[in-house]
Amino acid sequence: MSLLDIFKRRTSAPVARERLQVLLAYERRNRSQPDLVSILREEIMAVIAKHVQIDQDYLQVSMDRGETMSTLEIDIQIPNKSAVPLAMAG
Amino acid sequence: MGKVVVVTSGKGGVGKTTSTAALGAAVAKTGKKVALVDFDVGLRNLDLIMGAERRVVFDLVNVIQGSAKLSQALIRDKRVETLFLLPASQTRDKDALTEEGVADVIGKLRSVFDYVFCDSPAGIERGAQLAMRFADEAVIVTNPEVSSVRDSDRIIGLLDSRTLRAEEGEQIAKHVLVTRYDAGRAARGEMLSIDDVLEILSVPLLGIIPESQDVLRASNLGSPVTLSEPLNAAAKAYLDAARRLEGEQLPVIVPFERKGFLDRLLGRRAA
Repeated sequence: MSLLDIFKRRTSAPVARERLQVLLAYERRNRSQPDLVSILREEIMAVIAKHVQIDQDYLQVSMDRGETMSTLEIDIQIPNKSAVPLAMAG
Repeated sequence: MGKVVVVTSGKGGVGKTTSTAALGAAVAKTGKKVALVDFDVGLRNLDLIMGAERRVVFDLVNVIQGSAKLSQALIRDKRVETLFLLPASQTRDKDALTEEGVADVIGKLRSVFDYVFCDSPAGIERGAQLAMRFADEAVIVTNPEVSSVRDSDRIIGLLDSRTLRAEEGEQIAKHVLVTRYDAGRAARGEMLSIDDVLEILSVPLLGIIPESQDVLRASNLGSPVTLSEPLNAAAKAYLDAARRLEGEQLPVIVPFERKGFLDRLLGRRAA
């Protein structure tokens, strides 16, 4: 490490450029397709609603995208019928 | 038939309203008839930047709903007589705008004015989409910063798909206006460079507005910087951008920072 390096800070602009290029390449590819997560959310909600009454807030759908594989996480909370009045009373 | 130009960005706080006022005033100064339309219903600010906040009687929503005539709602600027403002309403909700209503107002303005500048609200929702809907050209205001560039890219996608021109298979002319550019920080590699922004967005450059205290001062005084302080750097950059918008081929000079003594001593170089 030379003395000059002390004064040289690593520049952040190239990192910003690279991150943006990767991100926007992905976003542009997906732009033409409708939002997958919200479609899934709506359809799952409709299926569940046929059998159980749940609130919108009890369904969480999230997509985590990775380099080679993405994971879809669906979290549905079905409130216990008997628990509802208790909770309300409490 | 006048030209309709939407000033948009996606992200808030990048300088849409300031740029609408500065560009509009710059074009009007050349004698062209210019209307500035504030589409930010519920959060109007163009009236304040133009110094016309106490002269607002009727607004865009009144005109669309038929409770006022367009000629009653237009406010003539006190400094430039060919410059007019159509304010947004402050109280009503944004759903008060209808596509048919906006089409009607823009159509009438287009037949009377040489330029109609539509100041878009932030975001990508209905208000922003209505502001761009009937535009022939778009000025995309961008700060050299990651979130602003990302949002601009998103807006470009909307301009190419949701505008009437795009739907009719025509091109909408797009221009990037980089605002709040800090030459020193860019030179030190701490801020995205102009080349970075243009390469990422692949939209031609309309101008580079340097970060400037004068712009804030102009807003404080309620006067577009191109009218109040036409000789300062930011105003000159806006005046040049306005000339390019009118089709003039004018090279863009990237602002640079003169190196100080300390920089030379430490051997700091442009990255």
